[in-house]
Amino acid sequence: MASRRPALHRGPRAPLVLRLAGLGVAAATVLPIAHLAVRAGEAEDAGSLVVSPRVLRFVWATVGLGLTVTLLSLVIGVGVAWLLDRTDIPGRRMLAVGAVLPLVVPTYVGALALLAAFGPGGLAFELRGIVGFWGATAALTLSTFPYVLLPVRSALATADPALEEAAQALGDGRRTAFRRAVLPQVRPAAAAGALLVFLYVLSDFGAVSIMRYDTLTRGIFLEYRSAFNRSSAAVLGVLLVVLTLLALAGERRARGRMVARSAASSAGRASSVTLGPWRWPAFTAVIALVSAGTGLPVGVLTYWALRGASRADGDALVGAVGTSTGLSLGAAAAAVMIAVPVSVLVVRHRSRFSRIIETLATAGYALPGLVVALALVFFASQYLSPLYQTFMIVVVAYVVRFFPEALGAVQSSLVRIDPVLEEAGRSLGRSRLDLARTVTVPLLRGGLVAGAALVFLTAMKELPATLLLLPAGSDTLATLVWTGAADGRYAQAAPPALLVVAISALVLWPLDRVRDRRPRQ
Amino acid sequence: MLKIFRAVVAGVILAGSLGWAGCSRGGDGLVIYSGRNKNLVGPLLDKFERDTGIDIQVKYSDTGEALATLLEEGQSTNADVFLSQDAGALGILAERGRLVRLPQDLLDLVDERFRHGDGRWVGVTGRARVIAYNTDILDVSEVPDSALDVVDPKWKGKVGFPPTNASFIAFVASLREQFGHERARAFLQGLKDNDAKRYDNNLLTLDAIANGEVQLGLVNHYYLHAELKERGDAPVANHYPGQEPGQEGTFVNVSGLGILKGTDRSEDADRFVRYLLGPEAQAFFRDETAEYPMRKGVDALSELPALDQLRTVDIQLSSIGDDLKAAVQLIKDVGLS
Repeated sequence: MASRRPALHRGPRAPLVLRLAGLGVAAATVLPIAHLAVRAGEAEDAGSLVVSPRVLRFVWATVGLGLTVTLLSLVIGVGVAWLLDRTDIPGRRMLAVGAVLPLVVPTYVGALALLAAFGPGGLAFELRGIVGFWGATAALTLSTFPYVLLPVRSALATADPALEEAAQALGDGRRTAFRRAVLPQVRPAAAAGALLVFLYVLSDFGAVSIMRYDTLTRGIFLEYRSAFNRSSAAVLGVLLVVLTLLALAGERRARGRMVARSAASSAGRASSVTLGPWRWPAFTAVIALVSAGTGLPVGVLTYWALRGASRADGDALVGAVGTSTGLSLGAAAAAVMIAVPVSVLVVRHRSRFSRIIETLATAGYALPGLVVALALVFFASQYLSPLYQTFMIVVVAYVVRFFPEALGAVQSSLVRIDPVLEEAGRSLGRSRLDLARTVTVPLLRGGLVAGAALVFLTAMKELPATLLLLPAGSDTLATLVWTGAADGRYAQAAPPALLVVAISALVLWPLDRVRDRRPRQ
Repeated sequence: MLKIFRAVVAGVILAGSLGWAGCSRGGDGLVIYSGRNKNLVGPLLDKFERDTGIDIQVKYSDTGEALATLLEEGQSTNADVFLSQDAGALGILAERGRLVRLPQDLLDLVDERFRHGDGRWVGVTGRARVIAYNTDILDVSEVPDSALDVVDPKWKGKVGFPPTNASFIAFVASLREQFGHERARAFLQGLKDNDAKRYDNNLLTLDAIANGEVQLGLVNHYYLHAELKERGDAPVANHYPGQEPGQEGTFVNVSGLGILKGTDRSEDADRFVRYLLGPEAQAFFRDETAEYPMRKGVDALSELPALDQLRTVDIQLSSIGDDLKAAVQLIKDVGLS
């Protein structure tokens, strides 16, 4: 397995600017963790709390939900990616955008829609046992499998089809060729996506609260919201951090040391599998998935919008579209710009230092928005008061929360670029910065666009941190949804939720075209 | 592709400059942290601004999250007023010495039951814990007279309640105070043994009653009125429990407010409190949210039992802090949250 491992630049030779970027990112994640530790230290009964049967039940429930959702997302994500990229499935372009759309549906909206359709007294029919574990699993799987789908598609698009063809020429059946030649090439991408899914589940509050499934994050929110007990909340938060670090160690192992690298430009387009009689069943299956993930929430929202008596305020909506889009764009751009140097550090300058940076930078993803927000509230109100309650601090919160999405995307592009290209440039006397601008960044653009899009889409629906950090008097689409839904005015909540989906779809459409064009160049 | 990259960079610069230009943190205006929904209080606060000419900045979030924000900000908070969904969060701020004593003439507007003993906060509206029921399934004569009776086996699997809702927790605290720890524990255990269904909040509990998932539930009275506004045909109604002689009474919790220590706008803050307790604002709450006005002499909606005729649970809301902690622990111990 390690035979394809490329020569690595080791040691402390990473340029200072890269190390500083890495340290900055790590510090931003350490801040909320340190804050949790301090607050947890104030708890009188931290020890007994950690080992109480109730908390152990939370931990168990969290791990169970996380693993189930991750497994299902892997199967669905890799399966759909293969269907879209390697077969003659009809309607590929439409399906490709549709299959990513569930990502933009806030989990509490998705969960509410599932309940409205299949819950007791639901609009469609009643599925027994939808409330609880299975409901939370369904809601979360439907909104997180694109985290696997996206990187796996991008890995498939740049995977060298020559390997697959060679395997087939050597007598492997299609299935065996897929397993032996294709799977290893998408494995790092799938593992990275799976990690995002698992960490997302750890941090999610929306779906588990609607489905009444007790995870650690739900426990944290409840300590703040109903018990008004921030030190118990912090003890649970520290447990969540421990779980996260364990998950990161697990992923490192799963990802293995193998890094597939083939110059994208040399790859031809892979031959396409003829599905034959399975064409339409496969199409129907993907359509069903898209319907459950996006169609259902959109349908239920539309129904609410038409049925209810309350109305959304047009002016507020217009303002919120601007605020949401501006903040999410800012976060997306900042995240990818920081992700470039950090990826170079992590991929090209492997060392204990860069591994620690990578782990810390990723860990922030599992922290619930409320935890990140309160740490920033504390820190900014005490030490950065000119920034406190400005849009700037909201962008910082988004970057802390969603940086791993950008890092993963940029990183997986970077590992497929051969450093030989840059070395050649350097031997021709070009400066590092010049090379970064003319060689590395253009080759990275697929990853940059994918990373920026992921951060944008996730930021559009972010609620807990937005609520606490947004300047008084402003609203995002997500806070408008919350204002309506928290008060039972679903007709008021529906239009901003639909706008989140619509704007995100507009962003995804060109993204897919960019992606599709790449292999043909 | 570089175009996209440039567009993204331009986006950042735009967002960044918006951040700097648009939002220098306002030292201007009265800063209000509201744990109450904008839909409920927004129009009233706008009217306050128009009527008094005092600029306000309102930060809306959940009551618990607003409290956590105030605790993290500590002395450097910019907030002048905390508008809270319930008495418990105000009690914690009062306990930590973060609230100033309100002027006596303001306190005197409100019955002693519904304000802090030392005048650190005052109730603005009242909400009764009622039994809501599905009118398609049940006749009012079938609804239990006491909240304690919903643990009767005949309601097995037919009752909904929000175990983590702050008002429910306060209700459990009141049971503990009134009947003792063991009786409160037995009630919670009864809910559990009776397969009572747990919901995330009052609203979802009421939705479940309306769609027949459960037949009745323990909620705050005014959610019914919000539900009927959104969906006039929802088959739900309220029953005020504990009204027979010798019974426990109906538990009434309050939403309220306090002024933060260190405010540089205490005059405006006083005016704000006075405004919210004024006849006009009190009538607004009554008509818009169907809550009980706290100002003596302002009547509740005619379809509600009048507050002075309602047998209410006799409990000091001002000293509820420790009781809340015990109630939360009890709910956890029984395994309901």
